Parts: sequence; C-alpha cells; structure tokens
Amino acid sequence: MSGHTDMVLVDDEGMRIDGRTAEEHRPIKIEAGVLNNADGSAYVEIGKNKVLAAVYGPRECHPRHLQNPTKAIIQCKYNMQAFSVSDRKRPGPDRRSIEISKIISEALEKVVLTELYPRASIDVYIEILQANAGTRCAGLTAASVALADAGIPMRDIVPAIAAGKADGHVLLDLNKEEDNYGQADVPIAIVPSTDEIVLLQMDGNMTREEFDHAIELAVGACHKVYDIQKDALKRRYSRNTQEGSDE
Amino acid sequence: MEKRNARQTREIVVPGDILDSSGMKPGENAYVLDGKVRASAMGVRNVFQNTVGVIPLRGCYMPTSGDTVIGVIVDIGPSNWLVDIGAPYPAPLHVNEVPWKVEFGDTSRYLSIGYVVLLKVLSVDESKKIQVTMKDSGLRRIEGGRLVRIPHSKVSRVIGKSGSMISMLKNMTDCRITVGQNGMIWVDGDDENADVAVQAIKMIEEKAQSGNLTDRIKEFIESKIPQDEIDDEGEE
Repeated sequence: MSGHTDMVLVDDEGMRIDGRTAEEHRPIKIEAGVLNNADGSAYVEIGKNKVLAAVYGPRECHPRHLQNPTKAIIQCKYNMQAFSVSDRKRPGPDRRSIEISKIISEALEKVVLTELYPRASIDVYIEILQANAGTRCAGLTAASVALADAGIPMRDIVPAIAAGKADGHVLLDLNKEEDNYGQADVPIAIVPSTDEIVLLQMDGNMTREEFDHAIELAVGACHKVYDIQKDALKRRYSRNTQEGSDE
Repeated sequence: MEKRNARQTREIVVPGDILDSSGMKPGENAYVLDGKVRASAMGVRNVFQNTVGVIPLRGCYMPTSGDTVIGVIVDIGPSNWLVDIGAPYPAPLHVNEVPWKVEFGDTSRYLSIGYVVLLKVLSVDESKKIQVTMKDSGLRRIEGGRLVRIPHSKVSRVIGKSGSMISMLKNMTDCRITVGQNGMIWVDGDDENADVAVQAIKMIEEKAQSGNLTDRIKEFIESKIPQDEIDDEGEE
C-alpha cells in the first residue's frame, strides 16, 4: 500500500503480473485432516500462501477467568513463521498478529454454535508457513475447514478472500506486489448461506463505487472458495470410505 | 434410529449444507434457516420419519444421563475424585456415589490417580456440570485387562446392529469386553486373544465407514485365531 514502483501491475489488456484477469483468484488447494494429534486440521494454499490450521476442543477453558458461563469461547492464535517472508520475521506475537487473531476468532464465533459448550474453549492455531499477501483470508479459510473437520457444530463454513485496488483497477485476491504497491486492500469473509459479512477491513483508499464493486467481486469469489472447502471436507471422508484406510 | 437407515445411501454433508427444503423437521445437528433444514456438523445425512438430521463423523463426547462410561481418575479431593471421561468438562465422583463408606479426607485409600473405573452418568445439567456414580449393579473399579480408546462416534459401530458386532467379538476372542459410551473400551482375556480383540477394535475404528464390516472383522479374527477354539460357542 505504501511503496512506489515503476512496475506495471495491470497492463493495457487488463492482465496482471501473474497472468490473471482482474476478476480471477489465485489457484486454491485445500486439504482437511492433515494432522493426527489435533482434533481437526486443514492445510490451505492460495497462490504462494501456505497455511496450516489446527483445532483443539471443545475443552476446559484455561485460564479460568476467560470462561463464559453461557457459551464457549474461541481462542485463536495466528502466527507467522520466521521463514514465511523474505526478510526473516522476528518470531513471537506482534501488534499485527494479535489483531488478526482477534478478528478471525470473532468471525468464527458468528458461525460456531458456542452456546452448546458453556465454560469451554475451542482453540484454533493458524500457522503461516509462507506468505504472499492475503494470509488472514487464507488463515480464516483454513481455520473454518479445520473446525468442521474437528466435528464442532457450526452453522456454516466461512470462506474469505480479499479484493483491492492497484494501478487504478479493482482487483480480486491481491498478490504481494499488488498489495505493496496498490492503493487499497479489502479482505472479506462471509457466511455463504446468508451472505452475511463476518469480516471486513479496508486498508487504503477507494471510491464508494470501487468499494461496492470490490465487495461484489469478493462475495462472488467467496462462494467459489466455499465450494472448494466443502469439496476438501467431503474428499477426506470418501478417502476413508474406499477400501483401505488412509494411514 | 440410525440403525434403521444404515443401509441407505450414505450422503456426507458438511456444515451449512441443505438437508431438506420440503418442510421436514430438524433433527440432531440440524437447524432451520428460511424454511430450509441445514446441517450444523459434518456427518452422514439421516432421515427418520419426518425429521432429518446428521450423524456426526467426528466430535467430542457429550455425556447424557444414563450413559455407562469408563473413566480414569485424574485428581483427588477430600470428598470427591475427578474423573476423565473424555468429555470437555471434568466429571466429579462424590464420595456419596461410591459403594464404600469413605471418611472425609480418606478418598485416596479407595481410588488413587490412574485407576480406571466403570461409571454411570448420573446427571448433566444446563451448564454441563456432570455428576457420575458408581452405585449401580456392575459398576466398579476395573483391574487388569487393557484399555482401548476410540472416538466416541465409532462406538455404535463397535457395538453393531443390536449388539451383533460386540457379541461376535466376545464369542470369537473369548474376551470380556466392556464398551463405554465415551469411546473407552476395556478388554480382558488371555494375552493372544486380547491382542486380536484390540486389533479388531482398531480395525473397526479405521474402517467404520465401510460396508460389510461385521463379515470383514469375522474374517480377520478367524485368520488370527484357529477355528476349533470357538466351536463350542456355536458361532456360525
């Protein structure tokens, strides 16, 4: 958002530097149930982003003072590995990862039936293995698949994707260059059954019309992500149904 | 209820999937949105009369009163024990709920940490406070044998249709087997037979979603334990 470059992010034919059109998202790959020791897990690749999510619980909530006597709480930890970016990231929580942890757990709270597990806690761990813009969306996408994989009752699965603006064009699913040298970045997560928005942030500037167009693009793409998420979960079990075990 | 539909096509649903839009009632793990019944957990779609629900494939054990469970003592208080029964909440076993007369503060003389006990869930209240009891016929401390843990969603497969699987396991391996509703299974018998029984249970856990499970397990046990040992059981 901040930097300046002579790079042409969108050429005259509307083609982006990685060969996508403005309304195309990066290739997405999702796999559910990749970890044995977590109650639920998922691995997501969106372009060059690589994200691993693990879910534990519902389990007894520690520390005790965080317990809610009427519903379960969702504790989310978003963490970037030191090797996830080209300049080594200093390990440990920082302002950015604390913020992302908070917004992701709030988005998930909207769909999980937390009132079924009073006093309990559902722990979500999101590890960014490789980052290339849009990790909060990839993290949330992975986390909701991991929650469903853990068998946690929830109203719906949450897909997330970003839209933004670079070189004066409204683009879907910004990559690193577009994010760094573009004008705006708008990550969005929705509940597909109702099209409610559970996560919306904006970094940068856009006109009202551009913003509306960005939302429209992102909501459409969220439904595509949702199909990939569902497919990943169903694949996990058709794999088990066929003769051999998956071990 | 699930047994009746076990032979129907197994359609796997994920949270948010529409189960029915023709006015059926939501059953287990289902909710209504805009007149459509949707799934709230990942599992197998299950229709029973005019309700449609989901049989979960995964998920933690939620105790209900009356369940027979196997638990491990994890903590001792002056007037109770804390038992791990695999639920998200601790299950206290009060001294009034054991078949012995225990003096205050004398709890560790009867059950210590690590002991395995067969219990019944007495009650679970709204805030999910669990009470368990050992005061019923057959409930006791378990000694010897071995403990197998499986996900509680697979318990119904280990028991089988009206107990067919579990009775076959018991007859063919000549073991004493107790299945707790929470997915803890106690197996006792002589070493080799118990080994086979444990392996068979693990196999059921792994292949819970495949058909013809009882026959396959039967085949498996027959290959491990020579036929003549089981003749007297009249198992055919």
